[in-house]
Amino acid sequence: MKEFAYVRAGSVEEATSAYASHTGARYLAGGTNLVDLMKLGVEAPAALIDVTRLPLDTVEELPGGALRVGAMVRNSDLAAHPLVRDRYPALSQAVFAGASGQLRNAATTGGNLLQRTRCPYFQDLSKPCNKREPGSGCGARDGVHRDHAVLGHSAHCIATHPSDMAVALTALDGRVELAGPEGARSVAAADFHRLPGDRPEQDTEIRPGELVTGVVLPAATAGLPSAYRKARDRASYAFALASVAVVLRLEDGVVGHAGVAFGALAHRPWRARRAEEALLGAAPTRAAFEHAADLELDAAQPLRDNAYKVPLARNLAVDVLSRLTDTALTGRAS
Amino acid sequence: MGNLQHHSRTTLRVNGKPHTLTVDHRRVLLDLLREDLGLTGAKKGCDHGQCGACTVLVDGRRVNSCLLFAVALDGCEVTTVEGLFGDGEEPHPLQRAFLERDAFQCGYCTPGQICSAAGVLAEAAAGHPSHVTDPVAPSGEPVPLDREEIRERLSGNLCRCGAYPRIAEAVEDVIP
Ligand SMILES: Cc1cc2nc3c(=O)[nH]c(=O)nc-3n(C[C@H](O)[C@H](O)[C@H](O)COP(=O)(O)OP(=O)(O)OC[C@H]3O[C@@H](n4cnc5c(N)ncnc54)[C@H](O)[C@@H]3O)c2cc1C
Ligand code: SF4
Ligand code: FES
Ligand code: FES
Repeated sequence: MKEFAYVRAGSVEEATSAYASHTGARYLAGGTNLVDLMKLGVEAPAALIDVTRLPLDTVEELPGGALRVGAMVRNSDLAAHPLVRDRYPALSQAVFAGASGQLRNAATTGGNLLQRTRCPYFQDLSKPCNKREPGSGCGARDGVHRDHAVLGHSAHCIATHPSDMAVALTALDGRVELAGPEGARSVAAADFHRLPGDRPEQDTEIRPGELVTGVVLPAATAGLPSAYRKARDRASYAFALASVAVVLRLEDGVVGHAGVAFGALAHRPWRARRAEEALLGAAPTRAAFEHAADLELDAAQPLRDNAYKVPLARNLAVDVLSRLTDTALTGRAS
Repeated sequence: MGNLQHHSRTTLRVNGKPHTLTVDHRRVLLDLLREDLGLTGAKKGCDHGQCGACTVLVDGRRVNSCLLFAVALDGCEVTTVEGLFGDGEEPHPLQRAFLERDAFQCGYCTPGQICSAAGVLAEAAAGHPSHVTDPVAPSGEPVPLDREEIRERLSGNLCRCGAYPRIAEAVEDVIP
C-alpha cells in the first residue's frame, strides 16, 4: 500500500475544502470497501479525508413527514431504526440482507451508495478492466460473468452495482443529498447511479469532491407496504444474484402506486418503470404481476452464462408483489 | 499544498489501558494489536473483511479489525478476546461456554467467534432485528435469539473446521 496523508474533518466545509486542497484525495467513511481496495492496489489515494466524525449521524423526521438519514449513520443503525423499520420496511430488510453484522456496524449510508462493483476483474490488477483502467478492455465479457449484468450493459462494461440498500432507496423514491464546491444539491436515488455506456469508470452522478451528506425518504412512500427479497448462493453473507424491492399501494381494489426496483441485474439499481406503468390501475392478480415483470425484463440481454437471472428476477418480483398484496388486503404481513 | 505527513500520534484505549503510539497511517487495527501491542488473540484470516477471524469490539460494537485504519480510531475503546477475560481469574461466560461445549477444533476462528457473539448479545438486547427476524416483531424491543437467529447473526464468522453446531450451542448457553 502507498503512503498517504490523513485529515480528520470536523465539518462538511472542512471535508470538502480538505478534499480540494489535496491531490489524489478520497473520503474515508467505514472503510469496509475503500480499505479493501487499497490493500488490493485498486485504490491508491495520496490523502484520506476522514468523514466519520461529521455530525451527519442521525435519523431525523422532516416537516411534512419525510425522513432524513445522515450519510454517517451506520448500516446497522439505519436498519434497526424504529422509524425506518415501521415506515420503510423494504429499506431495513435490504440492509439486513447485506454483508455481515460486523460490516454493517462499520459501513455508512454514504459509503454503501458509493461502494464499487464486486467484479473480480475490477479487483485484480493483472486483468484488463475498463472501469479500473479505461481502454484496457473488459475481462468479464468473454470470461467469468455469471454474476454480471443482464440489463443496460455496454460493450465497455457489464458490471453490476452490489448495494442492496440502494435498490430499496430507488423503489422508495429516495433522494441522495450532496454537498460540494459548487454548493448543495439533491439527486433522485433512481438517477444517482449510472449505466456504464462508454464511461464505466464513472459509477454515479457524483462530481469530483462532492460529499454525500444524507439520503431522504419521502412522505409519499412512508407507511406503504414494502419489502425486499434477495436471491443468493448461500442463505446468508453473500452478494445478490438478483433482488427486488417493491412498494405497493392498492386503491379501490386496483394498484394505486407501485415502485419496483431490481438489484444485481445492472450497473445501477434498475427502476422497473415499464412494469410500474403496466401495474398502475390493474387488479392485483398473479397474472398482472407476471405480465408486468415480463414487460420489464423483455429488454434483458443476458450473456453466455447469466441467462438464469431473468426468470429468477421475474419470480422474485411476482412473489414480492403477491405477498405485499396480501399485506395490503389483510393489513398484516403474510 | 496539503499535509504530507504519513504518520500520526494516536491514542487508543485497549482492554481498558490507554496506549499512545505514532502510527503509520497504513496500519490497520488488527496489525497494531498483534504487532505493536502483542495481543495475538485477534487472528488474520483473509485480511479483506470476509472471514471474521479479526473481530474485536470498538466502542462496544463488533467490527472487522483488518479493515479499520488505526489512525481513524483515535480516542476509541477497543476490546479484544483477551480483554473479555477481564481483570479477575474468571473467563467471560462466552469463553466458558465455548470450552464446555468444545466449540472449536483448530481454534483459529474462536477469538473472532467469541467477540462477535458478545456483539450479537448486545445487539439483540438493544432491539436490533436481523434478516430472519419476523418483520412484524415490535421495533425497539429485545429480540429473542433462537438457533436460526444465532446462525444468521454469526454468518460473518467463518469456521474452516466446521464447528458451527457447537458454536451455536455455546452461544445458546449464555443467552440470558
Ligand atoms: C465480505 C463483504 C461482504 C459484503 N456483502 C455485501 C452485501 O451482501 N450487500 C451489500 O450491499 N454490500 C455488501 N458489502 C459491501 C458493504 O456494504 C460496503 O463495503 C459498505 O457499505 C461501504 O460503506 P463504508 O462506509 O465502509 O464505505 P468506505 O469503504 O469508507 O467508502 C466507499 C467509497 O465511498 C466513498 N465515500 C464514503 N462515504 C462518502 C461520502 N459520504 N461522500 C462521498 N464519498 C464517500 C469513499 O471514498 C469510497 O470510495 C460487503 C462487503 C464485504 C467486505
Ligand atoms: S465488467 Fe466492468 S468492472 Fe468487470 S472487467 Fe468488465 S469493465 Fe471491468
Ligand atoms: S481477517 Fe478480517 S475479516 Fe478476515
Ligand atoms: S475451529 Fe478451526 S476455523 Fe473454526
